[in-house]
Amino acid sequence: MQTLGIRFPELLIWSPLIAGLLCFILKNEKNSKAIALFSSIITLAISFASIIYANDKQLSGLQDNYVWMKYLGASFSVGLDGMGHLLTLLTAFSFPLIFIATYSNSYKNSSSFYGLMLLSQAGLLGVFTAMDALVFYFFWELALIPVYFLSSKWGGEKRIQATFKFFVYTFAGSLLMLIGIIYVYLQTPATPTSEHSFAISAFYNLRLSVAEQFWLFWLFFTAFAIKMPVFPFHTWQPDTYEQSPTAVTMVLSGIMVKMGVFAVLRWLIPIFPAAVAKYDTLVIGLSVFGMIYASLIAIKQDDLKRLVAYSSIAHIGLMCAAIFASSQNVNHVGMQGVMIQMFSHGINIIGLWIVIELIERQTGVRKISQLGGIAHKAPVLTIMLVIIALANIALPLTNAFVGEFMMFSGLFKFNIWYAAIAGVSIILAAVYTLNMVQKVFYGETNALTATVKEIALHEKLVLAVIVVAIFLVGVFPQPMLDLTKNAVTLIIGKGK
Amino acid sequence: MNNVLQIVWLIPLLPLIGFLINGLGRKHLSKTLAGIIGSGVVLASFLISVYVFFSVKGGNTHVAHYFDFINVASLKIGFDFQIDQLSSIFLLIITGVGFLIHVYSTSYMHEEDNKDFAKYFAYLNLFVFSMLLLVMGANYVIMFIGWEGVGLCSYLLIGYWFKNNNFNNAAKKAFIMNRIGDLGFLLAVFWLIAKLDTTDYHTVFANISTLSKTDIIGITLLLFVGATGKSAQIPLYTWLPDAMAGPTPVSALIHAATMVTAGIYMIARSNILYSTDAAEITRLIISVIGLATALLAASIAIKQNDIKKVLAYSTVSQLGFMFLALGTGNYVAAVFHVMTHAFFKALLFLGSGSVIHAMGGEQDITKMGGLKKYMRITQITFLIGCLAIAGCPPFSGFFSKDAILISAFEHNKVLWILAVFAAMMTAYYMFRLYFLTFNGKFRGTHEQEHHLHESPTAMTLPLIILAVLAIIGGFVGVPHLLGGHNEIATFLQPVIPVHENAHPLSSGTEYGLMIGTTIAMLIAAVFAYLQTRNVAVKENKGLGKILENKWYVDELYDTIIVKPLQSLAAFFNNVMEKKGIDGFVNGVGRAVNYGSRQVRLLQSGYVGNYVLLMVIGILILFIVQLFL
Amino acid sequence: MEIQWYIYLAAALFSIGVIGVLTRRNAIIIFMCIELMLNSANLLLVAFSKMHAAAAIGKATATVVSDGQIFVFFIMVVAAAEVAVGLAIIVMMYRNVHSVDVNFLNRLKN
Repeated sequence: MQTLGIRFPELLIWSPLIAGLLCFILKNEKNSKAIALFSSIITLAISFASIIYANDKQLSGLQDNYVWMKYLGASFSVGLDGMGHLLTLLTAFSFPLIFIATYSNSYKNSSSFYGLMLLSQAGLLGVFTAMDALVFYFFWELALIPVYFLSSKWGGEKRIQATFKFFVYTFAGSLLMLIGIIYVYLQTPATPTSEHSFAISAFYNLRLSVAEQFWLFWLFFTAFAIKMPVFPFHTWQPDTYEQSPTAVTMVLSGIMVKMGVFAVLRWLIPIFPAAVAKYDTLVIGLSVFGMIYASLIAIKQDDLKRLVAYSSIAHIGLMCAAIFASSQNVNHVGMQGVMIQMFSHGINIIGLWIVIELIERQTGVRKISQLGGIAHKAPVLTIMLVIIALANIALPLTNAFVGEFMMFSGLFKFNIWYAAIAGVSIILAAVYTLNMVQKVFYGETNALTATVKEIALHEKLVLAVIVVAIFLVGVFPQPMLDLTKNAVTLIIGKGK
Repeated sequence: MNNVLQIVWLIPLLPLIGFLINGLGRKHLSKTLAGIIGSGVVLASFLISVYVFFSVKGGNTHVAHYFDFINVASLKIGFDFQIDQLSSIFLLIITGVGFLIHVYSTSYMHEEDNKDFAKYFAYLNLFVFSMLLLVMGANYVIMFIGWEGVGLCSYLLIGYWFKNNNFNNAAKKAFIMNRIGDLGFLLAVFWLIAKLDTTDYHTVFANISTLSKTDIIGITLLLFVGATGKSAQIPLYTWLPDAMAGPTPVSALIHAATMVTAGIYMIARSNILYSTDAAEITRLIISVIGLATALLAASIAIKQNDIKKVLAYSTVSQLGFMFLALGTGNYVAAVFHVMTHAFFKALLFLGSGSVIHAMGGEQDITKMGGLKKYMRITQITFLIGCLAIAGCPPFSGFFSKDAILISAFEHNKVLWILAVFAAMMTAYYMFRLYFLTFNGKFRGTHEQEHHLHESPTAMTLPLIILAVLAIIGGFVGVPHLLGGHNEIATFLQPVIPVHENAHPLSSGTEYGLMIGTTIAMLIAAVFAYLQTRNVAVKENKGLGKILENKWYVDELYDTIIVKPLQSLAAFFNNVMEKKGIDGFVNGVGRAVNYGSRQVRLLQSGYVGNYVLLMVIGILILFIVQLFL
Repeated sequence: MEIQWYIYLAAALFSIGVIGVLTRRNAIIIFMCIELMLNSANLLLVAFSKMHAAAAIGKATATVVSDGQIFVFFIMVVAAAEVAVGLAIIVMMYRNVHSVDVNFLNRLKN
C-alpha cells in the first residue's frame, strides 16, 4: 500500500484539475454539473483513502517529488502531514456539499462556472500539500484567480467593485510574499543541482539573522493576514462575501481563509521564530481587538451575509491569536485547538451559507429586518440552522467548542487579560447569533416569508451531513486531535 | 461497586434517548405516546438513581472513565462520571422532581399540537440529560458541558412559544446573561488548566497546596461569577423573572428546582477550594452578594402582582439564602436548602400552574381570590408550600433555613439580622400571594368563574407527592439540638468534610434563635393576612413604586451597558469601519486613481510639449552633470 | 581663428533649431530646424577635428586626426536617409489630414 499511498497528494490535485479542464473543453452545459459533483466525490474518496493509508503522518511522510525547474532548485514536490490531511479533508469534504447544496441553482454558462470552481479546488489542495515554496506560491495564486473570475462574473450588483478590491488587496499581499520567498530562497545553501533551493526543508533548516527575520516576517505576515483576514486587513471580506455567488462565498470563507491560517503555521512560524517572538504581543493584540470589533459590528448588520462575514472575522482572529500565543509558550493544547478549529469553522460556516442560500433562493432577500417566522414554514431548515448557529457560537458537544476551548486555554496561558477580553466575544457572538435566529426564524411570518416551503430532500441531506459532522467532532474530537499531533509538535519545535 | 458503574451511564443516556425519539418522531407520535416516553425515561433514570444512591450511602465514590474527550500533550480531559454522595442527592432531585413535572406536563400542555407536544417533551428530556451531565461529570469540563446544555434548554423552553417576540426576547436575555457567567466559569477552568494541567475534581483538590493565593482567589471568584449567572444572583439575576415566559412546568423544573441550583452545586462541589484560607475574601463576597440578592429579590416580590413573578423573585431570594450559607462555609446547609427548596418551590410553581390553568391563562393575583372553594387540593398543597418556604416548623423549609440562619449568626450578627429580615419578607409575600389567590372573593370575570375547576389527576398527583415531600423533606437534616442526627451532613461527609466548630453556640442561644425567627415569620404572615383582607388596587407611591418597578435595575442595565455597547457598535460600524479602515483602503485606490489622472495630463498629444519636456530634461541633466 | 567662435556659432545654430522645433507647428519647418541642429553638431565635429589635428602635428598618433570629419559624412548620409523618410511621413500626413500642422495629430490625448 505504501507505493499507492505515496501518490495520494498528487492524485488529490489532479482529480479536480482534470475535471475542471474537462468542463472547459466539453462546454457541455448540462453535464458539467454532474462532472463537478462526480469529481468532487472522487476527490473526497482519495482524501479519505490518504488518511487511512497514511501510517506515518510526519511532514516528510507522503511526498512526491518531480524536478520542475532544475537549475532554480524548484521541484514539484507535494506531500501530506497531519495538518495537510486535515485541510485537504476539509477541502474535499466541502466541495461535494457545496455542489449538492447549489444543485438546484442554474448558472449561466455553467461549464465555465464549474470549471473555475474545480480549478480553485485544485489550487486549494495544492496550497495545502505544497512542500516547495515556489509550488506553494503557484497554487496560492491558482486558488485566487478562479475565485476572482467567479465572483466578478456571477456575483451581485456591485461585484466588479468588490472583486476588484478583493483581487488587488490579496494580490498585493501575495507579491510581498513573493519578494520574501525570493529573498529567503537566495539565502538557502546550494544543492547538487542548483545554487539555491525552494524546498521546504531548506527553508526550515535555514538560520536567518534576527534582523532579517524582523522585516521578512512582515512580508509574509501581511500576505497571510490579508487572506485570513486579521484586523485591520479585513475590509475586503464583507464586501466580497456579500457580492460573490453563495457557492463561491462558501469556498472563500470555508476553505480559502484557512489558507491564511495554514500558511502562518507552515510558512511563517517555523521559519521566523525570532520575529514571531518579537511581534507576538502586537499580533495577538490586533487579533483580540479585531474579535471584539468584528463581533460588535456583526450586531449592527442587517444583511445575513455580512453578519456571517463579520462573525467569521471574529473567529479567525481567535485562531490567529491562539497560534501566536501557543507557539511561544510551547502550548500544544492551544495549537491543537487551532488545528481542529480550522476544520470545524470551515464546516460550520459552510452550513450557515447553505442556509442563507436556501432562504435567499426562496424569499429573494437577505435582510434580517425583512424576514421572520420561517420556523413555522420550514421547521427542518430551522432546526438545522439552530444547530449550526449554536455550533458557530461554540456550544459544548459541538465541534467548535473543542477548538475554541483549547484555543482560549492557550491564550489564557499566554496572558490572562487577553483571554478575558477575547472571551467577551463569546458573549457578543451569542448576542448577534440569537438575534439573527430570532428575527429570521421566530416570530410571525410576513408577506415575504409566508410562501416559504420546506427544503428539498437533497438539501436536507447536505445539512444533515454537516450536523452529523458537527456532533461527531464535538463529542469525539480525539481522532482528529491525534491526526495533527505530529504536525503540531513540528511547528512548535521549529517555532521555539 | 462495579455493578454501579455498569449502569450509571444509563442515567443520562435514557433522557437523551427520550429526546431523540420525541425530537425525531415528533410528527408521528401521539400525545399519549410522547408523554409516556418523555416521562418514562426520566422515571427509569430515577429508579437507577435510587439504586446508585444506596450504593454510595456507605461512603463510596465511583469514578467511571468512558473515553478521552481531549487528550493533548499533558492535558487529559476524560469523558468521566463521578458518582458520590453529593451527585447522588442531586440525581435524586433532578430525576425525582423532574419525573413529577413531566407527569404534570402531560396534562398541562395537553392543548398543544401533536408535534409541539412532542417537541416540548424532547426539550424537557434534553434538559434532564444536560442537568445530569452537569452533576455527574468528574471534571469541570463535563460540568461545563452540562452547564451550557441546561442554558440552551432553558433558552429553548423559555422561547417555546416562539411566535411571541417578548418570549423570544426573554429567552435570549436568559441565554446571554448565562453566557456572561459562563465566561467566568470558562476562565476559571483555563486557570486550572494553566496551573495544574487538569480539571479532574480529585486531582485539583489533591493539588490545592501548589496553588498560590492569587490563583485560589482568582479561580474561586471566577467560578462564583459563573454561579451568579446560572443561579441568578446580583448582578446577573434579571433574566430569571423574565424567564417566566416559558410554560409553568418549565419554570418549576428549570427555574426553580434544578438548573438554577447548579451554581450551588458547583460551589459545594468545589468546597475544598472555597474552604481554603486564601479564599476568605471570596467567601465574604459570596455571603454579601447572596444576602444582598435575598433582600433585593424579596423586596421586589412584595409588590409584584403576577403569580409567577412573585415565585420567580422568591426563587432568586431563596438562592441568595443558599449562597449566604455557602459564603459562611456551611455547604451542607446550602445543599440541604437546595433539596427542600426543590420540593416546595416546584410544588408552588406547579400549584400556580394549576391556578393559571383553571383561570384560563390569567396570572394577575389581583384578579383572583377565593379559589379555595373551587380547587381544594391545589389550595391545601399550595398552603403547605407557603408554610414550608416561610420556614414554619416542622415543615422542610424550617430546618434548612434554620441551618442557614444559625450559620450566619455564628459568622456575623449583622448578616443574621439582615437574613432574618429577608426571611420575614419571604413569609410576608408568600402569604400575601396565598391569601390574595385563595382567600376572599373572586375578583375575575364571570366567564372565568364559571370555568373554575380543580385540575385533573395528572396535575394534582404530583402536587400531593411534592406536598408530602415538602412536609417531611426536612427531617433528614434535623439538628442535634432537636434530637435529630442531621443525617444529611453525615451522608455528605465524604464530599463535604465537616469542620468542627471552635465555639459552638450554646443550646440556649440556638433555641432562642429558632423561636425568635419562627415568631418573626408568624408576625409577617399575620401582617400579610391583615393587609390582604380588603384588596384595593391603588397606585403605588414612593418606595412601593420603586419596588413594583424592580428597583429599575433593568432600566439601569439598559442605560449603562446595553446602550453604550450599541453606540460603540454603531460607532465601529459607521465611523471606524466604513470611514476609517475601509475609507483608508479605498482611499489608497482613489489616491492612485487621482495621481494617475494628474500624471496623464502630461501626455497632451502635442509634439511641441513632448519636445519641450525633452529639452528641459536635457538641460536638467546638463546642470546636474556640470554643477552638482 | 579661435575655436570658441565655432562653438558660439554652433550653439547659436542649435538654439535656433531647438526654438524652431518648440515654437513652430508646421511639420516641414520643424523638420528644417532638426536639420539645423544636426548641422550645428556637424560644424562642431569638423571644428574640433581641425583643432585636434593642429595640436597633433608632429606626433605619432597623427592618423586619428580625421575621425571627426569622417563622422560628419556618416551623419550627412544618415540625415539624408532621415529626410527621405521624414518627408515621406509628412507627405502621407498631408494626404490624410490635408495639413502639416503637428498639433493636429494630438490623438494620443484622451
